Amino acid sequence: MKQHILPAVRLTLVTLVFFSGIYTIIIFGIAQITPFKGRGEVIEAGGQKYYANIGQKFTEDKYFSSRPSAVDYNAAGSGGSNKGPSNAEYLAVVQARIDTFLVHNAGIKKTQIPVELVTASGSGLDPDISPKAALVQVERIAKMRNLPAGKVGDLVESNIQGPLLGLFGPSKINVLKLNIALDQLK
Amino acid sequence: MNTEILGIVFVFATTIALAIPFGKYIAKIYAGERTLLDLILGPVEKLFYKLSGIRVQSEMNWKQHLSALLTINMVWFFLGMFVLMNQGWLPLNPDGNPSQSAELAFNTTISFVVNCNLQHYSGETGVSYLGQLFLMFLQFVSAGTGMAAAAVVIIAFRERSADKLGNFYELMIKSCTRILLPVSLVVAVILLLNGVPMTFEGKDSFVSMQGDTVQVSTGPVAAFVPIKHVGTNGGGFFGANSAHPFENPNYVTNMVEMFAQMFIPIAMVFALGFYLKKRKLSWVIFGVMTIGFLLLVVPTVFSELKGNPAIAEMGIDVSSGATEGKEIRFGTAFSAFWSIATTVISTGSINAMHDSFMPMSGLAQMLAMMTNAFYGGVGAGILNFYIFIILAVFMSGLMVGRTPELMGKKIEAREMKIAMIVALLHPLLILAATALGTTLPQYTAGTLNNPGFHGFSEMLYEYTSSSANNGSGFEGLGDNTPWWNISCGIVLILSRFLPIIGPVAIAGILASKKHIPESAGTLKTDTGTFGIMIFAVIAIITALSFFPALTLGPIAEYFSMK
Repeated sequence: MKQHILPAVRLTLVTLVFFSGIYTIIIFGIAQITPFKGRGEVIEAGGQKYYANIGQKFTEDKYFSSRPSAVDYNAAGSGGSNKGPSNAEYLAVVQARIDTFLVHNAGIKKTQIPVELVTASGSGLDPDISPKAALVQVERIAKMRNLPAGKVGDLVESNIQGPLLGLFGPSKINVLKLNIALDQLK
Repeated sequence: MNTEILGIVFVFATTIALAIPFGKYIAKIYAGERTLLDLILGPVEKLFYKLSGIRVQSEMNWKQHLSALLTINMVWFFLGMFVLMNQGWLPLNPDGNPSQSAELAFNTTISFVVNCNLQHYSGETGVSYLGQLFLMFLQFVSAGTGMAAAAVVIIAFRERSADKLGNFYELMIKSCTRILLPVSLVVAVILLLNGVPMTFEGKDSFVSMQGDTVQVSTGPVAAFVPIKHVGTNGGGFFGANSAHPFENPNYVTNMVEMFAQMFIPIAMVFALGFYLKKRKLSWVIFGVMTIGFLLLVVPTVFSELKGNPAIAEMGIDVSSGATEGKEIRFGTAFSAFWSIATTVISTGSINAMHDSFMPMSGLAQMLAMMTNAFYGGVGAGILNFYIFIILAVFMSGLMVGRTPELMGKKIEAREMKIAMIVALLHPLLILAATALGTTLPQYTAGTLNNPGFHGFSEMLYEYTSSSANNGSGFEGLGDNTPWWNISCGIVLILSRFLPIIGPVAIAGILASKKHIPESAGTLKTDTGTFGIMIFAVIAIITALSFFPALTLGPIAEYFSMK
């Protein structure tokens, strides 16, 4: 073991410089020539700068709600609820979310509420909701904003991002982009 | 077929299709043949050796290999303790994160040195950028260590002389520079093109549409995430790991990260066949692994798509399945697939919270880690499977009344003893540690996030993940306590190095034995029958050792929910 210590220390220092330093610098360099410049995808609206991929808390009735978040959309401390499926306390929270939703969305039947709208995401920052979860909110939004429901429904439809290449993965809607478009709807 | 399932099939098929030619490339690297990258990386590696005063021409026997391996791992450990316990005042800390406590640094360093990446901290607040970059270094070299050990085992099959099993440093460095680095760079470019951040500016902030001020953690994420998957490490840059929209912003990155973690473990299996010129053996091993993998994947996807019966009872639309802890952009089915891939392969990166999965899915995730050989981590997978092969050879030898032989080498008492110790160590560590944790509720009960059977599963999962060097968790567990940091740390060390020492020792001992030419009486190891034998050995060892513990956790929870 003794004869290995010195080479081990030296090799560690050399590889540390290479893999922590040079590798990082190469990727930082490549980042500068990519469209996002290594700063994430940014959207500007109303003089504000937002991250397209970082979900925001939408609780006001005039906006499409985002999913519940275990960390209250804290983008400096991501995480999920980590509640087990049989946890009674957790199930009571889900039940309460269903009841709240029904209060805010008169005329909607329980069976229309998709489960993803009353369960928290893994990151607590989920930027998306499913098309179903947006459509079930259309009536409320239309009433709150005095808009024809058909128009709001069309907006939702036009914001659906289908599966990748039409083949792979689920359909989704970016809540932030949808709400920005909603604010611009006349 | 719906688009969610199609996405899974596409990624899995592409991974296998590309892993085969890459296996050939890996075999070339370990055989020291010329490749295209010699032009660029040859001089770099020469410089490494020169600056370190290492002569790679001098080949090592198995004892020298292990000595070199353990020494350099010890150096990484001490350096890691220093960096993490002092990161608060060291440079590259724009968020002002504090230094880690001694026990947390102990756990974190061990965990990254052994390629586990269990994290008892959250990346946003627990490490500085310097800390992250150091951990990234460990992600490269710890993966390289496992691959080098696997390479020694593969080389020992072929060599007739036990003193010439290659040079450890060369195998380790080449695993990093020729295999891990190029793949990581390609993955990094794809991530950058999809909006993964790569900055050193520290936290950003914005005012949300509803008027809340939101702090946003960023950092050199695009450098960190590729090697986290390519080296089957799994440690996340952020607390939410690959569920975080900055680590994994969309379906493209999700597919690429899935590919990146499965690619090399599968390629290693084929590399073995190319290196030994026994391609059929590779297919037998690959077949056993794939059947085991699919037996875990299919029920998990099914149980997640079916959803939570307790929520269905509330009368809402549960057609999306069990969505708690999952992201919309990946979908329920792919998250279920990922959860098994990441536990089978010992990556431990997650794109959904395993704690919130249905009981039967949690069972499958734990079984995946308890087996720990269906593909397995880069390097470690081959090592673990090697032990099962030795056991299967011995048992089949006994059954047909022949002296057990593996590729012309007799398997005798000494090798069997080592193989048995390694095979039994994994259940021993998991079960003994969990039992200890259960009998000392003053240290553990307060850290559980869920009551009842699920709470027990949280403990069982934590030790299973530690012993399998996996690193995922039922993350509700409040695991940054002295009890968890130290007990998991000890499990991590034992479960990493003994399963490296064992196979390398067996391989070295076998290499020094006389070669017996194949005859009609030789047990063929590259047949379907032998594959079934290996599978039976794996199933019996895992089922018998772990079934009682699983009954107390996920199985009891499943029946309590009916």
